[in-house]
Amino acid sequence: MPEQQKTIEIEVLRYNPETDQVPYAQVFAVPFTDDMSVLQGVQYIKDYLDGSLSFRWSCRMAICGSCGMMINGEPSLSCQTFLRDYYPERVRVEALAHFPIERDLVINMEGFIEKLESIQPYIIPKEARTLAQGEYLQTPAQLNAYEQFSSCINCLLCYAACPQFGLNKDFVGPAALTLLHRYNMDSRDGGQAERMQLVNAEEGVFNCTAVGYCSEVCPKHVDPANAVNLNKTNSAMDYFLRFLAPKGGTK
Amino acid sequence: MKRPLKRSNAPIFWALFGAGGMLSALLGPMLVFITGIAVPLGLLLPADTMSYPKMLAFAQNLIGKGFIFAIIALFLWHAAHRIFHSLHDIGIHAGRGARLLCYGLAMLGTVLAAYALLATGF
Repeated sequence: MPEQQKTIEIEVLRYNPETDQVPYAQVFAVPFTDDMSVLQGVQYIKDYLDGSLSFRWSCRMAICGSCGMMINGEPSLSCQTFLRDYYPERVRVEALAHFPIERDLVINMEGFIEKLESIQPYIIPKEARTLAQGEYLQTPAQLNAYEQFSSCINCLLCYAACPQFGLNKDFVGPAALTLLHRYNMDSRDGGQAERMQLVNAEEGVFNCTAVGYCSEVCPKHVDPANAVNLNKTNSAMDYFLRFLAPKGGTK
Repeated sequence: MKRPLKRSNAPIFWALFGAGGMLSALLGPMLVFITGIAVPLGLLLPADTMSYPKMLAFAQNLIGKGFIFAIIALFLWHAAHRIFHSLHDIGIHAGRGARLLCYGLAMLGTVLAAYALLATGF
């Protein structure tokens, strides 16, 4: 069906560390069709209007977690946010909030990677196991205990949504704490005591004030707010019961 | 995150906050109804439900004392924690001063409630 060509204004936050003191907004007029995502909009800008525009993207189907941006102030995956939903208004695209900008829409995620490492995001076996002992067996209930929390794609939308991370960059934050919970809940894992030190620490769960916006913006329905708040209970138990525990709990 | 981790003391305040929240959710509306609506308007309850002698007897009973103390102290700790963190959320960079003010008022209220309840006698 023939359709009249529509054009939408996309306002992009630009920043080039070599020439700019501060980020600034630049507006582009982008012709679009109803099936075009915001990501395709910025790709159009890069291909046809300004080749210097920088942004991260990969899969275009909400599974790689690369294309997170603030779209009209909301942390969103730009590949699953559509231009038609903003037309005829202008749509504003900025780098994810609460992170240092490397260039244009590209953020520096080094701090997050450090946090990811710190939670030991891998199974720490309870005891050494030989090949002859065969595979680990898990019941559906044991799988259920952690499966939801294992769907994180590290898109960082929850960090951009979290006002507490915005105020305290040391906060381990929603995604990393959720992944920590995922491994603690795994019946094959024995690393809980070590990970709890991070949960209990000043950088840990008690930075959270149960705002819940992290779970709202999560594109994979991981519900990080739930994982963090479950661990407030775990941490409080650990805090008060450590005097009764034979090993004395963590420091 | 390589630096040594320091255990947070937040669980103490969080537990008081949680206990106060639970108590206010369960009993708050009922207390507002009884003390603020039912008794003043003479609805459902006898007119002298909150008369001085009855309230004094309630405050002199050990269980009554415990109830009044828990309601006042835990509600205050709940409010202090909520207000302190809300300051945070609305961008007021709550530091030591705000912390002392919020939790200090809760502490003051707790001590005053304990003193008053003990002074009321048994």
